[in-house]
Amino acid sequence: MRIELVKRPQHSILFSALSPVVALILTLLFGLVLFALLGRNPVTAMYIYFVSPLTEVWQIHELAVKAAPLILIAVGLSVCYRSNNWNIGAEGQLVAGALAGSILPVMFPDFQNFMLLPLMMIMGMIGGALYAGIPAILKVRFNTNEILSSLMLVYVANLFLDWMVRGPWRDPNGHNFPQTIQFSDAATLPAIFPASGRASWDFVFALVAALVIWFMMEKTLKGFEVRVMGQSPRAGRFAGFSSGRIVIFSFVVSGALAGLAGIATVSANINQLQPVISPGYGFTAIIVAFLGRLNPLGIVVAGLVLALSYLGGEAAQTAIGISDKTASVFQGMLLFFVLASDTLIYYRIRIVRSRERAGEVVHGHS
Amino acid sequence: MDIAEAILTTVATASTPLLIAATGELVVERSGVLNLGVEGMMLMGAVSGFAVTALTGYPWLGVLAAVIVGAVYSLLFGFLTLTLVTNQVATGLALTLLGVGLSGLIGVPFVGHPGIQMTSLYIPGLTGLPYVGKLLFGEDPLFYLSIVLVIGVSWFLFGTRAGLTLRSVGDNHGSAHALGIPVIRIRYLAVMFGGACAGLAGAQLSIVYTPQWVENMTAGRGWIALALVVFASWRPWRVFAGAYLFGLLTIAELNIQAVDLSTLHQLPGAVYDLLALIKAIPSQFLSSIPYLATVVVLVVISRNRRLTMMNTPASLGRAFVPDR
Amino acid sequence: MDAERGNVGGPLLDVRGLTKIFGSLRACDGVDLKINRGEIHALLGENGAGKSTFVKMLFGSLEPYSGEIWWKGEKVRIASPGEARRLGIGMVFQHFSLFDALTAAENIALSLDDGSPIGTIAAKAKALSYSYGLPLDPYSLVGDLSVGERQRIEIIRCLLQTPDLIILDEPTSVLTPQEADKLFETLERLRSEGKSILYISHRLEEVKRMCDGATVLRHGKVVGHCDPRQETASSLARMMVGSEVNAVTRPPVDARVDHSPLLEIRALSRKAATPFAVPLRAIDLSVKAGEVVGIAGVAGNGQGEFFEAISGEVRQEDAGSVRISGKDAGHLSISKRRLLGAAFVPEERLGHGAAPLMPLSENLLLSRFATDGKAFLGPLGTIRTATIESASERIIKHMDVRMSGKDPEAAALSGGNLQKFIVGRELDRQPSVMVVNQPTWGVDAGAAARIRQALIELARAGSAVLVISQDLDELFEISDFIAVMHNGTMSAPLPIADATFEKIGLLMGGASPEEGHPVGEAA
Repeated sequence: MRIELVKRPQHSILFSALSPVVALILTLLFGLVLFALLGRNPVTAMYIYFVSPLTEVWQIHELAVKAAPLILIAVGLSVCYRSNNWNIGAEGQLVAGALAGSILPVMFPDFQNFMLLPLMMIMGMIGGALYAGIPAILKVRFNTNEILSSLMLVYVANLFLDWMVRGPWRDPNGHNFPQTIQFSDAATLPAIFPASGRASWDFVFALVAALVIWFMMEKTLKGFEVRVMGQSPRAGRFAGFSSGRIVIFSFVVSGALAGLAGIATVSANINQLQPVISPGYGFTAIIVAFLGRLNPLGIVVAGLVLALSYLGGEAAQTAIGISDKTASVFQGMLLFFVLASDTLIYYRIRIVRSRERAGEVVHGHS
Repeated sequence: MDIAEAILTTVATASTPLLIAATGELVVERSGVLNLGVEGMMLMGAVSGFAVTALTGYPWLGVLAAVIVGAVYSLLFGFLTLTLVTNQVATGLALTLLGVGLSGLIGVPFVGHPGIQMTSLYIPGLTGLPYVGKLLFGEDPLFYLSIVLVIGVSWFLFGTRAGLTLRSVGDNHGSAHALGIPVIRIRYLAVMFGGACAGLAGAQLSIVYTPQWVENMTAGRGWIALALVVFASWRPWRVFAGAYLFGLLTIAELNIQAVDLSTLHQLPGAVYDLLALIKAIPSQFLSSIPYLATVVVLVVISRNRRLTMMNTPASLGRAFVPDR
Repeated sequence: MDAERGNVGGPLLDVRGLTKIFGSLRACDGVDLKINRGEIHALLGENGAGKSTFVKMLFGSLEPYSGEIWWKGEKVRIASPGEARRLGIGMVFQHFSLFDALTAAENIALSLDDGSPIGTIAAKAKALSYSYGLPLDPYSLVGDLSVGERQRIEIIRCLLQTPDLIILDEPTSVLTPQEADKLFETLERLRSEGKSILYISHRLEEVKRMCDGATVLRHGKVVGHCDPRQETASSLARMMVGSEVNAVTRPPVDARVDHSPLLEIRALSRKAATPFAVPLRAIDLSVKAGEVVGIAGVAGNGQGEFFEAISGEVRQEDAGSVRISGKDAGHLSISKRRLLGAAFVPEERLGHGAAPLMPLSENLLLSRFATDGKAFLGPLGTIRTATIESASERIIKHMDVRMSGKDPEAAALSGGNLQKFIVGRELDRQPSVMVVNQPTWGVDAGAAARIRQALIELARAGSAVLVISQDLDELFEISDFIAVMHNGTMSAPLPIADATFEKIGLLMGGASPEEGHPVGEAA
C-alpha cells in the first residue's frame, strides 16, 4: 500500500477554509489524550490550559506582551516566505535591532527627550534590516543558500551581544553582572493602559505592522510583485519584476520588523541589555508565520494562540503540576497538523492498495 | 594526569556528539533532504537514553533505545515532508519544538535522578601508555563508535553502489526517478539514519558526557551539527575535522581564560606570545569563528559553479512529487 | 494481428491502444505502434503531441491508463524503468537523466542493475565507447562535459544494457551538426547489428534519411503510419501539423495605412546562455505597420532565445539591435518596451505568460501594470481591483474565454481558453507592436481560429505583428511574409505570394533557397 498525491487543477477553496479548523481540532484531541496519559482529568486540564489564562484583565495584558514580538517578526517573515526567500535568522536580526536601538540609551544616557523613543525604534529597525541584508546580498551576489547563511548569523549576533554586555557596554556599577545600565524612563516603551497591566506599545506596533503588511500584500503592486516572484519567478520576470530586488526587499522588511521587535521588547520589558534578551522569539515566529498561513491577519491570531499556549503552560505548571514543556508539545503538534492538512489544499490523496493492482485502478477523475 | 592529555580527552568527549549528529545529518542532506530538527531528535535520544539506562541499569540498553527513538521520531518528519510534501524548513522546526516539549515531559521524573555513566575502555598495557594511552585506548565506547561511523559513512557514500544511489537522489531527483531509482524510499531511509544518529548523539550527552537529565541539555548542539555539515561541504572527513575544531574551541575558551600566564614563563617565547594573544581575544570572537567560517565556506562554494556542483546536493530542500 | 504466437517473424514491439490521461487532458489517446527487429522507427509530432508521454509509458516511468504492450509476442506490464531494462528496452532521454556531480562511470553504474564495481564498469564503458567511435573518459565529471559528450554517456549507458530496443527522445535537438552525423553513424551500425530503434523527432530530413517506418501523432492520437522514405519533407510536415479548415479571412493590406517599420531588428546576436541554448547569429528583420510577419522553423532553432531578446526579458549589449516604434530598445527592460507600445505573448502559458495559481484578473495586471498604471493603480501603488476585474471581463467576453466560476485561477482553464485570455490581454491595449511565440500550440481548432483572426485584425488596424510558430498551416494562413529560423539564423522574409510549403520546408531543413538542396546545419 502506498499513498500518492494527485495535484489539484485549482487549489481547493473548501480545504483552504477547513484546514486550520481540522488542525485545531486534531491538536485539541491530541491534547486530551496527552493530559489523560499524564494522569490528569483532560477536561480540567484543558480548561486550565486554554481558558484560565484569559479570565482576568492583567492576564490579557500578559498575552499581549508575549504575542507582540511573535506577531511583529512573523508578519515580516511572511513577506519573505511568500516571495520564496527562506530567512530563518530572525532571532539574529532581533538581536541586531536590540543592539542598534540601545546605542542611544546606553551610550548617551543623558539624551532624554520626546525624540528618544522614536529614534530608538527606528535605529532598531535599521539594525535588523542591515543584518538581514547580509544573507540577502550573499544570495543575490553569490547565490548563497539563505537558509544556512541566515541561520549561522544568529549565533554570531548572539555572541556579539554576549561580548557587548560583558565587555564594552557592561554597567560599571553593576557588580560585574553581564548587563548594561538600566534604560532611563524616557527610553522605556510605556504601557498602553498602565492601570490594568503591563502590555506596552509594542503590541500596537505589531497590530499596525500586520495591517500595513496585509494591505501591502493584498492591495498594492508591491505585494503583487512579492507574490508573483514567490509563486512563479519566470512569470514575474515576464511581468518586468527583478528577482534580486525582491530578495533584498523581503529580507529588509523582515529584518526591520525583527529589529523593531528586539528593541521594543528590550525597552518595554527588560530595560537593559543582557546576554539573553529573547527566549527564541525569532524561531517561534517562524512557526507563528506558518500557523497564520503566511497571512498577516492570520498571523495575529496565530501569535495570540501561541502566546496563550505559553501562558497555559505556566498556568498548568502552577495549578496541576504539569511541566510547562507541554506548551512546546502543543506548538509542535499544532504546526505539524497545520502543515499536513495544508497539503490537502493543493493535492488530493489517493491510496493505492498494492503495486500489482496499480495498473488497473481507475485513475484521476477531476 | 598530564594537563594536555586531560584537555585532549575532554575535547574528544565534547566533539563526539557533534560528530555523530552531524554525520547523520550529512547523510540526510546528501539525499537531498534538509532536516532542521536535529536538536529535537537529539533531545529525544538524550531523554530516552537516560530513562532506559536509569530504569534498567544498563547504559548500552539506553544507547540502543536512543537510537531507536531517534529513528522512529524522525519518521514523523519523513512522513510529512516526503509523503505529504510539507515545507522542510517549517517541518524541521516543528520537529525541534516538539522534541523540546516531549523530552521535557518524558524527563520530568528523571530530573535530579543520579545517572549511570558508561565506563571508558580499559585495555591493560595499552591504556597505561604514556601520552597516547588514555587518548587512544581509554575513551568511552561511543567515541570509538563515532570514529567507526565516520569511516563507515565515508565508505558507504563514496565506496558503495548504495551510497552512489543515495548521492544521485540528492543531486537530481528528477533524473533518479527517470532511471527508476525509488527516490522517496531512499530519502526515508536517509532521514531515519539521521534520526538514529541524532538519537545516539543525544545519548552520548546524557550517558557519557554528563550522566544526568537536564531539560534542553543539548544546548544548541543540534544547530551546531547543522552548521558543521555545511562547513564540511557535505564531506564526512571534513565533518570530523570541523567537529573537533568546534570541540577544541569550546574547551579552549573554557580553559584559556583560566590559564595564569605568569606561571608559564618557562614556555618558548612564540608559544607564550600566542597564548597571550589568544587570551587577549574575547572568547565570544573565538566562538563565532566557526559560524563565520561556515558562511565564508558557503559563499566560496556557491560563487563557483563547479564547487557548488561537486559539493552541494543540488536537490537539497526541494520537494519531490513523482509523476506516475 | 495474430502473428504474436511464436513471434519469429512478428514485431519486436506491438503497442495497442495505449492511453494516458492527465486530469482532463488525454495526452495519449489509443496509440498503436509496431516496431520490427532491425528497424529504425520514427515517432513524429509537434510539441505537445504526446510523444514524450508515450515513450515514458514504454520505459515504465509513467503508468498507462489503458492499452496493451506486447513485447516479443508476450503481453507485458512495464511497471518501472528497471523492468523495462530487464526486458531489453533502453532509453536515451531528451534532456538527459544524468547527474552533474557524478562521473561518467558512476552515471552509467546507476542504471546497470548488476553490482559490478565502478572500475569494471568504467573499463567496459570505455571499451564500448571506443568501439562505437564515441570516445569517453569514464572518470570525467558530467557537469564539465558538453551536451554532445553527455549524450554519449546516455548512449553508452543504454548500450551496456544490451537492449533490443533503444528509444531516443529528440536526440539531435541539442547536438551540433557534426555530433548529429556521428550519432547517425552509430544508429546505422546498431541497425546493422539487428537492434531496433524508436526515434523521436520533429526534424523531417533526419527522419527521411534514416528511418524505415514512421508513426505520426497529433493531439495524442495517431494520424497515420507511413514509410518516410516514400514521403517528402512537406508531406510529412503536413501530416504532423495537420491542415485544419481555413476559417480565417485575411483582407489585403490597406494601402492607406502608414507602412513605416514599427519593429526593427538589426544584426541581433546573442551567445548561448546555457549548454542547451542556441546562439543567435546576426538576425535582421523588420516588421511594418499593417502586416503580419511569420517566423517558421523547427523547434529548438533559437526561437525561444529570439523571443527573449525581443521582449527584453534578456537585454542586448547593442541598444540599436532592437528598435520599437523607431526608438532604440536594446537596453530597455520589458516594461519600458511595453511602454513603447510593444506587447508580448510567450510560448509557455503556465509559469511564463501567466502565474498558474493567480486568478485571471491578477494575471491581467501581470503584463499591464506598467502600461495601464493610470487605470489599474491608485495612490501608493494600490491595485484598483474593480477596474481590473471589469477589464478582465471585457477581455473574456471579447475573446470568448470559457471557464467555470468567476475569475478562476489560470491553471484551472483549458489550454485554449487560457491562451485566448493571454492573447486578449495584450490585444486589449491595442499594441502597436505584437510579438507572439506559438500562438496556438496545444489549442483546439476553434480557439486557434479565433486567435489567428484577432492577430490579423490587429495588423490591419495599423500594428506590426510578429508570429513565431512551428505550425506551417497557421503561418500560411495569417502571414504577409514568412521568414525561417534555422540554427540561430534568420532567412530573408518571403512574401506570402512567393512562399510555398516546399520552399519553406527546405529553409527549415537548413538549405538556402537558391541552391535548393540541404547544406547541413552549419549554414
